[in-house]
Amino acid sequence: MSSRDVDVTLGAAGVGGLSTTEMVLNIGPQHPATHGVLRLRITADGERITAAEPVIGYMHRGAEKLFEVRDYRQIMVLANRHDWLSAFNNEVGVALTVEHLLEMEVPERATWARTLLCELGRVLNHLMFLGSYPHELGAITPMFYSFREREEIQAVMEEYSGGRMHFMATRVGGLLHDLPEGWLDRVDAAVSTVRSRLPDLTGLVLGNEILQGRTRGIGVLDLDTVLAYGVSGPIARASGLDVDLRRDEPYLAYGELFGEDGPGRVVTREAGDCYARLDVLVEQIQVSLDLVEACTARLRDLGPGPISSRLPKKLKVPAGEHYCASENPLGLNGYYLVSRGDTVPHRLKLRSASFNNVQVLREMLPGTVVADMVAILGSMFFVVGDIDK
Amino acid sequence: MLAELPWALEAGLKAACVLAAFLTLPLALGQLEHKLMGHMQGRLGPMEAGPHGLGQLVADGIKFAQKEDVTPAAADRPVFRLAPAVALVPYLVALSAIPVAATWVAVDVPASLLLVLAVTSVGVIGTLMAGWGSGNKYSLLGGLRAGAQLVSYELPLVLAAASVAMAAGTLSLTGIVQEWSWWWLVWQAPAAAVFLAASVAELQRTPFDAPVADSEIVFGPLTEYTGLRFAFFLLAEYAGMVLMALLFTVLFLGGWRGPWDDAGGGVVGVLWTLLKATAVAVGFLWLRVAWPRVREDQLQRFAWLVLLPLALVQLAITGAGVVVLG
Repeated sequence: MSSRDVDVTLGAAGVGGLSTTEMVLNIGPQHPATHGVLRLRITADGERITAAEPVIGYMHRGAEKLFEVRDYRQIMVLANRHDWLSAFNNEVGVALTVEHLLEMEVPERATWARTLLCELGRVLNHLMFLGSYPHELGAITPMFYSFREREEIQAVMEEYSGGRMHFMATRVGGLLHDLPEGWLDRVDAAVSTVRSRLPDLTGLVLGNEILQGRTRGIGVLDLDTVLAYGVSGPIARASGLDVDLRRDEPYLAYGELFGEDGPGRVVTREAGDCYARLDVLVEQIQVSLDLVEACTARLRDLGPGPISSRLPKKLKVPAGEHYCASENPLGLNGYYLVSRGDTVPHRLKLRSASFNNVQVLREMLPGTVVADMVAILGSMFFVVGDIDK
Repeated sequence: MLAELPWALEAGLKAACVLAAFLTLPLALGQLEHKLMGHMQGRLGPMEAGPHGLGQLVADGIKFAQKEDVTPAAADRPVFRLAPAVALVPYLVALSAIPVAATWVAVDVPASLLLVLAVTSVGVIGTLMAGWGSGNKYSLLGGLRAGAQLVSYELPLVLAAASVAMAAGTLSLTGIVQEWSWWWLVWQAPAAAVFLAASVAELQRTPFDAPVADSEIVFGPLTEYTGLRFAFFLLAEYAGMVLMALLFTVLFLGGWRGPWDDAGGGVVGVLWTLLKATAVAVGFLWLRVAWPRVREDQLQRFAWLVLLPLALVQLAITGAGVVVLG
């Protein structure tokens, strides 16, 4: 037991000389606040939590082992399933890793189209959490508002890829097929619709006094803990960590977008509380919408051209190893590929964002009450599949 | 109105009417909630059962009746099984003392306000029994939350009602409405605000629904309930809303009195009461659509530091008003 357990004198202990006992409460694996099958084993003194331990693995599907018996095209299917809310970003991550090892050039059009789809995926992801997080705090309506906006984006994503969740639009060397006629206009229309209606949602969420009362100063995550646990993404930036791979280690077309005059900017907050994390999400949506518009403008300028490189019938990746990380909506997502010159990877290690982000709960939860536990848990923006892989 | 009938027949008829109102008004409110929430959230609400989904609540009732009535092995059996009745019956008793028009009241007792407030606070015991008797940690947390919350909100609720009683100089609900005049809307406004907030807390509705928080403690005291017993708890919640809306109408909105006609007897008065009560109930529903829930310590602080002082100030204002005008 850590020293923190001794510090906690809140709760009922000692009130009127009554002896109290601590109770062990299992939050999950089946619990409405855990979005799937995360299990938290908390020890509570009344409502006050004295210790918390995330128990993971209920959704372990052996993704990394399955990577080793699939060829590079089939891997995409697995990759867009570990974090099902960042499906397109995951696909691109795998494709980039393989392309780097192949030293393959990807057509410029494909790069810009991938960037566009990645940012649309980011908007989809953030809108999801913007709807589900208030739901955990008891507000049921933001979910419907956010899904109305998601539907706009889903429609254009679906028109391009045919999928609504697992897009499977990325191929090694480019994309599945060319952009449909007039699609860029429909993307712009969807973006402007979402942009115009977003204040309804953000006003309902961020502008609500009760929500502010539930999230401001709650679950403060300091920068040292962020660094110690390898927390990344919007959660880390809400604690003041000014790191965003789109700017710091540019891939796809982000070098230009986050360059001197580009629309890209890294959103950070200093407070590190639940409200700051939510606030980062909201502003990142705005930034992503700006990036999408920049991408459609550039794709129009580029004009027609190839969107994929020709691949050999049997794609073999030369022996070697390569690590490629990308800034996924929820944090750093990396693939470490070891190839022995075969059609399948020898090893493909996955560094997923949620896995690291959730570990920090052990530090954040003790000392809080059960109601805050839910507020903090929801603000860690995790996907259970991404934790358990 | 029914004075010429034999006593037993009159009592029987009135009881049947109250029971009918007790069973239909909460259902109507539930239906209103389905549709109102649906349209506020940009969707339709349930549409399949009957025209415009009007049969949905009946369908829900049939579903609940069909479900197995499970009593957990760890539960305190008699306590667990009795709890829904303890939660439900007080509202039925209270409803019988609420006047919906000048002569339309089932039991016109002298201190009906006192009776209604006393009886409704018995409902808490049902929630506490459910929380304790379920043998479930979530239920226990929820039951204790409910107990703490209802104890703290009882006081501002009673004080706000006392202010109106003081202004009217009577504890009879019928008498209060007869004394009421339109400028009480301003004079008693703080009490009305306190009463409304406290009644939302009494009903454990959003934003004060921490005792049954589904995403935290999985519906708290209701976690282990299934079938009809669960339905009884739901019915108690909606009957409570009906009762609180009616009580608010009678205390603060002039009950059956319309803006033009002060006669108030008969069907028109009933319609005025129902209209005003519906508006109040819609307010309850709207809160649920618009707001998240507050934490228990926040709602305790709100009760003791905001509502209670406000209610006391209102009492002083009312007292001064009564002395000056009286």
